[in-house]
Amino acid sequence: MTETSPAPVRDDPEGTPAAVPAIELAGVRKSFQAYGETVHAVRDIDLTVHEGEFFSLLGPSGCGKTTTMRMIAGFEDPTEGAVYLHGEDVTGVPANKRDVNMVFQSYALFPHMSVFDNVAFGLRRRGVDKAETRKRVGAMLEIVDLTGREKRRPSELSGGQQQRVALARALVNRPRALLLDEPLGALDLKLRQAMQVELKRIQREVGITFVYVTHDQGEALTMSDRIAVMNDGGIEQLDTPRAIYERPASRFVAGFIGTSNLITGQITAVGGDGAEIGYGEGRIVVPLNGASRAVGDTVELTVRPEKIVIGGERPDRGSYTSATVAEVVYLGTSTSYLVTTAAGDDVTVFVQNATNADDIAERGSRVWLSWEPRHSYAIGTA
Amino acid sequence: MRRLKGAVAPYLLILPGGLWLVVFFAVPLVYMASVSLMTGNLIDGFEQTWHWRNYTDGLDVYGDKFVRSLWYGLIATVACIALAYPAAYWIAFRAGRHKSTWLFMLLLPFFVSFVLRTIAWKLVLTDQGPVLGPLKSWHLLPKDFHVLDSGFAVVSGLTYNFLPFMVLPIYVALERVDHRVVEAAYDLYAGRFAAFRRVVLPLSLPGVFAGVIMTFVPVTSDYVNASVLGGPDNTMIGNVIQTEYFTNSEYATASALSFTLMALLLLGIFAYARALGTKDVLEAAGR
Repeated sequence: MTETSPAPVRDDPEGTPAAVPAIELAGVRKSFQAYGETVHAVRDIDLTVHEGEFFSLLGPSGCGKTTTMRMIAGFEDPTEGAVYLHGEDVTGVPANKRDVNMVFQSYALFPHMSVFDNVAFGLRRRGVDKAETRKRVGAMLEIVDLTGREKRRPSELSGGQQQRVALARALVNRPRALLLDEPLGALDLKLRQAMQVELKRIQREVGITFVYVTHDQGEALTMSDRIAVMNDGGIEQLDTPRAIYERPASRFVAGFIGTSNLITGQITAVGGDGAEIGYGEGRIVVPLNGASRAVGDTVELTVRPEKIVIGGERPDRGSYTSATVAEVVYLGTSTSYLVTTAAGDDVTVFVQNATNADDIAERGSRVWLSWEPRHSYAIGTA
Repeated sequence: MRRLKGAVAPYLLILPGGLWLVVFFAVPLVYMASVSLMTGNLIDGFEQTWHWRNYTDGLDVYGDKFVRSLWYGLIATVACIALAYPAAYWIAFRAGRHKSTWLFMLLLPFFVSFVLRTIAWKLVLTDQGPVLGPLKSWHLLPKDFHVLDSGFAVVSGLTYNFLPFMVLPIYVALERVDHRVVEAAYDLYAGRFAAFRRVVLPLSLPGVFAGVIMTFVPVTSDYVNASVLGGPDNTMIGNVIQTEYFTNSEYATASALSFTLMALLLLGIFAYARALGTKDVLEAAGR
């Protein structure tokens, strides 16, 4: 990463040129001074969020996703670059003058106010009259299923209820975009799953653009229209959940999203739109998706655990390799096999427990793994 | 056995403090209450006669001193809030990593004796002192202008001496305000003033409440400031009690006056707590 920033490039590869994007970041960088050193929390990000989209910023803690969101909200100013909301440059405009609202990680409800007053806060600051305020707060509380709890204090509510108050408090203002900073992080698993469905429903109902920050890849995959996977202050990949899962753009993305098997090998033959890799006692065929690779090149490819089939016979087509079962983990709906291939890679295989009640292989047994070439993906071949 | 220990433990923990309070607080209090109803003098001795007139006489003779004490206490407490709130706010939100330095500086005068501090304050306010002297020589003030021996001098001394008792609880309350909650206010279209008025101020009111109790009570019953800075015309009830007890040896009168003062303070605090100490006030302030 160089110290000088390139001129902001405003390209819009996904959206239709006519529609104004809800949110646009152009060449946004955020640097901090820490112990005499310059730390880049966010490095030269360009991204576009479309109107009505459920957009996720996904990444491990410290990847810059929260800083990115805070720059959209107006709590941080970018060191370089510009933030556009509906085509309007809002760089440097304070949070209270931006038409976006935020749901905070810890909800940040006003502890001294009732549920009603919490939700009415934004409307009152904007001078909405009393009757209208009461009507809109009432309607919003109905959407989040909190009717009848208007007079409660946040401390008298459960975590899930507080979460819904936070959501209502932001949505009642009908913002142009709603920013959610790990809003389900404090909830237990069951409630979190219920709230995921709930959030999706509410988003459809109100039709507002959601920008969702999370480190939980499952959550991002379930809810998002598109995901930006972030790492070390930059965007690794920006695509639909399916594309990110099936065709990870980098080793990092492949490792971060779901369980992924990374296999490294050298190309022994290229033909059609695929490459063949000699692999131990077997062979691997991987599509190249139009990318050019030559014999002798090293490729990293991913195969998802649920795509691999375990068998006793040596297959005669597709990709296959022999392997030894290192561990068998029974997971209820599926069984997870940790195997070591003849070439020495550790691979995970999920087998659905649909028909076979018994394990299909025991620990220490030699098996053959096979998968269809189209289910593997060579990293870097978009 | 363990359960028994668990049940006994809390009582064992309050035992030392409890004993201390019984011996050095409750017993003297009951004794003083009994003395306040006695008649007699130092030479013939005091006798329990249930002489309730000690109370009514005290109010008759020194009513104006009571009123003046409560009045001074009120002004000094309000002045303390006015000075302490911005200071506490600044230390809590703006002082960054120098917070503890500023708090220490605030407490530094406490390392000097209370009486000495008050005498120093007298030197500061004296007619040709470092404040009035230059102002007079520059003809900004008339030659005969003076501050000492006035109600103003007493109130300013009281404010100065008890200021930290107001700053600290307000600081603690402000320090506990979650900055994300303040950010939420900004996010919901509140400007700086609205965020302060609707969120920070209401959330810090419990600190102000505690500060008022911690300053109003000792300020109202103080006698050092009035005797050092106030001169003969601005005496407070504390001075009267001190004179009655140590100079005139009128123990019964002094005790009765003390209990009257205590009753007035408790009444004032209860009224104040009723009016401001409830959650409804915080809620109304946030609306």
